[in-house]
Amino acid sequence: MTDQKQAADFNEDEKKIIEDMITGDPEDMTIFGVSRRQFLKQLAVITGGFAAAQYIGPDELFAAPSVLAPGTIPINSIENGVNASFNVNGAPVALEVDSRMTLLDSLREKLQLTGTKKGCDHGQCGACTVIIDGNRVLSCLTLTACCQGKNVTTIEGLAKNNQLHPMQTAFIKHDGFQCGYCTPGQICSAVALMDEAKKGEASYLTENIREKPVSVQLSDDEIRERMSGNICRCGAYPNIIAAIKEVHSGKEAAQNWQFA
Amino acid sequence: MRPFKFSTTADSNEVSKILIANPHARLLGGGTNLLDLMKEDVERPTELVEVGNIDVMKIVSPASATGSVVIPAVEKNARTANDPAIRENFPMLSQAILSGASAQIRNMATNGGNLNQRTRCTYFYDVAMPCNKREPGSGCGAMKGLNRMHAIFGWSDKCVAVHPSDMCVALAALDAVVKVQGANGKQRSIPFTAYHRLPGDQPQKDNTLQPGELITAIEIPRNNFAENSYYLKVRDRASYAFALISVAAAMELKNNKIVRVSIAMGGVAHKPWRASVAEKYLLHKEATEANFKIAAANEMKLAKPLEHNLYKVELGRKALVRALMQAANGGKTI
Amino acid sequence: MAIIGKPINRVDALLKVTGAAKYAAEFNQPNMVYAFPVRSTIAKGSVSAIDSSAAEKSAGVIKILTPENAPQLKAIDPKVKTGGMLGEQLLPLQDNLVYYFGQYIALVVAETYEQARAAASLVKVNYSKEKHAIDLNTELPNGYKPQKVQGEDAQVNEGKTAPVIDATANKISYTYTTPTENHHPMEPHASIAVWEGSDKLTLYDSTQGVMGARGTLAYHFSLTPENVQIVSPYVGGGFGCKGSQWGHMLLAAMAAKLVQRPVKLAITRQMMQTNVGRRPATQQKMAMATDDKGMLTAIRHHTDSYGNKSDFFEPSGKQTAVLYNAPLREITYKIAKLNIGTPTYMRAPGETPGTFALESAIDEMAYKMKMDPVAFRVLNHTAEDPSKKHPFSSENLLDCYTIGSEKIGWQQRKAEPGQLRKGKQLIGYGVATATYPAGRSAASAKVQLRADGSVIVQSATQDIGTGTYTIIAQTASETLGIPVEKITVKIGDSSFPPAPVSGGSMTTASVNPAVMAAAEMVRKELLALATADTGSSLKGRRLEDIGYADGHFFVTADKTTVDSYADIMRRNNKNIVEACTTAMPASGSGLGAPTAPCMEAPIDKEENSDKEKYSFHSFGAQFAEVWVDEDFGTIRVKRFVSVQDVGRIMNEKTARSQIIGGVIYGIGAALMEETAYDHRWANPATRTLADYHVPVNLDVPDIGVHFIGKPDPHISPIGARGIGEIGTTGVSAAIANAVFNATGKRLRDLPFTPDKMLLKS
Repeated sequence: MTDQKQAADFNEDEKKIIEDMITGDPEDMTIFGVSRRQFLKQLAVITGGFAAAQYIGPDELFAAPSVLAPGTIPINSIENGVNASFNVNGAPVALEVDSRMTLLDSLREKLQLTGTKKGCDHGQCGACTVIIDGNRVLSCLTLTACCQGKNVTTIEGLAKNNQLHPMQTAFIKHDGFQCGYCTPGQICSAVALMDEAKKGEASYLTENIREKPVSVQLSDDEIRERMSGNICRCGAYPNIIAAIKEVHSGKEAAQNWQFA
Repeated sequence: MRPFKFSTTADSNEVSKILIANPHARLLGGGTNLLDLMKEDVERPTELVEVGNIDVMKIVSPASATGSVVIPAVEKNARTANDPAIRENFPMLSQAILSGASAQIRNMATNGGNLNQRTRCTYFYDVAMPCNKREPGSGCGAMKGLNRMHAIFGWSDKCVAVHPSDMCVALAALDAVVKVQGANGKQRSIPFTAYHRLPGDQPQKDNTLQPGELITAIEIPRNNFAENSYYLKVRDRASYAFALISVAAAMELKNNKIVRVSIAMGGVAHKPWRASVAEKYLLHKEATEANFKIAAANEMKLAKPLEHNLYKVELGRKALVRALMQAANGGKTI
Repeated sequence: MAIIGKPINRVDALLKVTGAAKYAAEFNQPNMVYAFPVRSTIAKGSVSAIDSSAAEKSAGVIKILTPENAPQLKAIDPKVKTGGMLGEQLLPLQDNLVYYFGQYIALVVAETYEQARAAASLVKVNYSKEKHAIDLNTELPNGYKPQKVQGEDAQVNEGKTAPVIDATANKISYTYTTPTENHHPMEPHASIAVWEGSDKLTLYDSTQGVMGARGTLAYHFSLTPENVQIVSPYVGGGFGCKGSQWGHMLLAAMAAKLVQRPVKLAITRQMMQTNVGRRPATQQKMAMATDDKGMLTAIRHHTDSYGNKSDFFEPSGKQTAVLYNAPLREITYKIAKLNIGTPTYMRAPGETPGTFALESAIDEMAYKMKMDPVAFRVLNHTAEDPSKKHPFSSENLLDCYTIGSEKIGWQQRKAEPGQLRKGKQLIGYGVATATYPAGRSAASAKVQLRADGSVIVQSATQDIGTGTYTIIAQTASETLGIPVEKITVKIGDSSFPPAPVSGGSMTTASVNPAVMAAAEMVRKELLALATADTGSSLKGRRLEDIGYADGHFFVTADKTTVDSYADIMRRNNKNIVEACTTAMPASGSGLGAPTAPCMEAPIDKEENSDKEKYSFHSFGAQFAEVWVDEDFGTIRVKRFVSVQDVGRIMNEKTARSQIIGGVIYGIGAALMEETAYDHRWANPATRTLADYHVPVNLDVPDIGVHFIGKPDPHISPIGARGIGEIGTTGVSAAIANAVFNATGKRLRDLPFTPDKMLLKS
């Protein structure tokens, strides 16, 4: 069996789940990218397969506190409290936090947005990558207090308009992950990279750095260099490159499995 | 991380007052180094002032009549590296910035913060270890310890740490000027090579900023290096690692004769190291590999390696030659 | 309907790309508090005093656990089988003794993470310091010669090879050294402990073995195992460090018991360097000799390594007992005790450093005999286990060499080093053999078919990124004739039927036969219902005449005669048809003996199928093309080809990912990974991912993966061996051999950082 090609390969059930997961109705937009009510509805639709092939149920996924209106955040003995109002995945949040609290910990511990991962907590692995005002940054080295007025996009907010972000689809198709822990950071990073390439931003490998920035088609090594801030210990790098190349070029990339 | 008061203000005079009144107050730029150190309990500020809004730190000056370029202190590294004027006129600075850290960190880190980042010496970072830079008088763990990453130039018996920046190596070679402002708006300019210090007896001091002073901008004077410059970085892995050795090499050629040359090295000293011996040798000579080799050898003769970093002398020599060759070759890979 | 083997997307993929998959630290509980450990800053001695007064006054602090007030745990008894495996024979905070730098010596519990971490920095500790053991060569004279290594003799033919090797000029003798390495999965270990009363404990944990974790927690807290539930649905990588139980799991439960609130203890990346195991350093003395034709006459492999608070040491002689046809081989060990955090299994334990030594030495021997390294390996290939004299259960290594040579373009290689270059880059090619034992142990699974056509499969196994969720779904799908989309796989919970630790590359070979057996029982029960049912068109048909697909049975000779599972269940008033089986690797048939019921089934971790008749191993060939900068000595792996003979492939996509990941783990070991200790304090100077380098994207080239794909007829009815570890073996030797071919410089000391390339050899 050589050079097998296949599309993203969602079956009908999966397509339905994905469609249902993502809503165009702004009233259903929350920081989760999808509301609790809707998620429950979707899980009810699913009798088996894709999304159900996992341990967690909706109650665990949305463990209390799940409603995060301004002022309802439980506060226990906050020192040097700081107020910060900003948007997460298009929805406004207002937090009062300990001045020491990083955006990463606010997302994970206060907002229940656990898709953003803590891998090293020191800016050395990229697992906590989120997109703030269009730029990929590390949420572990960003104080929540510094997010005032900003727009934060996390992995939970990438899917829109009834479909997964093309980068998410490409990661599934090319198996761009194993344990899945670096994956949200990789995908956020890759999504932002596509914009950087469109703007013609340079990297250390750019040969003609003096040329006027124009939209660039990145070589494999250029993508590798620009994705080197996201460590994957399982070693999915070649698959991550394949996924990004496919989205970047707009051309379907072949998958290779070769049997002797 | 110890508790601290967080504040934000637009008023630079207010900031200077805070910095003078509280020696434990720190400016917070991108946070890529300061928060890292605070989590390690190395830095223990009691007050953080966010720099993002400070008026004088974000002024973008129009191109001056002399052709110099001024980059604001709070501008992000990534923006500076991709500024068309920087890419065209000072490509070596773009390369140096882009060789450092990761895309995410470059999107966060500020130019001023890049200058003020602290050493990555493991003994500085581990509060269980002695370190004169972190705790004056406690001793230097690296001197007789694992010093493979440490200095070969300009170290003292108090400290053998190296400055970790790539950007600063290019700025040193470009003869940049650090614009600072102190109490009551008092401004001064510090030549880049005088901004960072050698450790001497006071390794706790990384630079020559005075209490209450903050960096407002960095000015890069016009030069004719753009055609023939290159920033070379050698490291333990292909990307996202600090330099073992880096070289910023720039020259102005007339008929292959070197009429002006500027070289700085990273990963070798407590500050970006101007390779002035090599520069002196090369001035008015032909841009040939033979001359580059002599210049590099002359420079590296002054090196004083430690127990585990003898390799840096050889690596430094070869990196100097390669960077000069590539600069002479229009910045292209040879 | 052949679904096993197909490259289907992971069934958990959607959850992983949307951030919905939940890992241990993400199961926040109402009223939960946070714990942060205080760690020792000496490597040996005792804690003489802890002053926690400042920390206690710090905001939000609830409790500071020290040996003074920590709950007492049931002591370790080496004679008792707990069902678990402590990573080190050391229970936290039970006394004041210190065995390594970074050991947990106190624990702060506070309302928030920020408060706990800050207060931990305020705890002042006084020590009574003793001289620590840190230098391997200094301590080896006081070391010991282990008698057993993973059940086999650890001192084989000691001293017997010298006469053979000394008598010839056709020999080589070199020492190869490998450093201490750390696992560093991207998800640091984390535990959330929740007590229900004083006799029921739930631990959300990141573990490679929920059953082992249950055993350890139950034993040391004197609970009945059924009252301990370990929940670990997603694990952010393991590589061995999450295979056993470490102090933080006990600490979280101790703290939760003491403060009577749920406690989260997520350890830091710095603690990953000190508290959850490591691969110990080795120095391996290799010698071998050949006759004049290049046939090996003897191989000697002596390993020096270290241990600390357990019996574990790096079993780096393992592959030397299995590869090549040398008539005489000597394999020995000497182990010192050092005051370094306790070593443990790390991806391809034994073979990763062991194949570096053996396969480098084989290369050196080939050069010595002026033979092509591939031809030399082919000449010395053995078709049977040379130590046990058993046939291998399945072995196609020669095909691996042939395919790999073709894919990498071995003919471009020049025998003489330093002949190929592009600009400043010197180009070389290297080969090494890969091998890893194929283990299998008892495992249980429950398969439940519901009236709506959906299926639930449960097993207390884990998916640590390996694809276990997916291949279990494929196995159930194929066996039941029900599409994968209708199958829900539930794993990572100790309340499911027991399964072994996800380690030793044995999950696939162990768990899938159990799933298959349970699914078969379900299918057969349904069919029995149908053929006995007057309402069925299959009534009275012979079982062997009936096929199944897409949720129904059909007569194979007349596919229009069908009866659907749903109709059979409806007519027979069944809402559920289920079976739970334990698949055992049985001696004799080798095909396993499923038993039911299975909830209390024992797990024998050491059992293998038919091991008295066959030797169970996987094999492969690793080929590297490297480019070495002639001035800087920086090495880039430009291409890599891995050809693997690992039995049947369960899923081409996830299998390829496993091999790619294994190779990259090997690239890390070859080029950059090292935990370096300052001997004055015995502390790791490489404390974080900033200085313990692992490969980044730019370090990794295209990796070609090729599978032989022939099912192993003896390992199980499925024929698949595990593939989690073999991909790492041989990689550093292939790279070392390629670097020699490129430059003429032979590196025998991992990792190959530029400084080693620059120093005169």
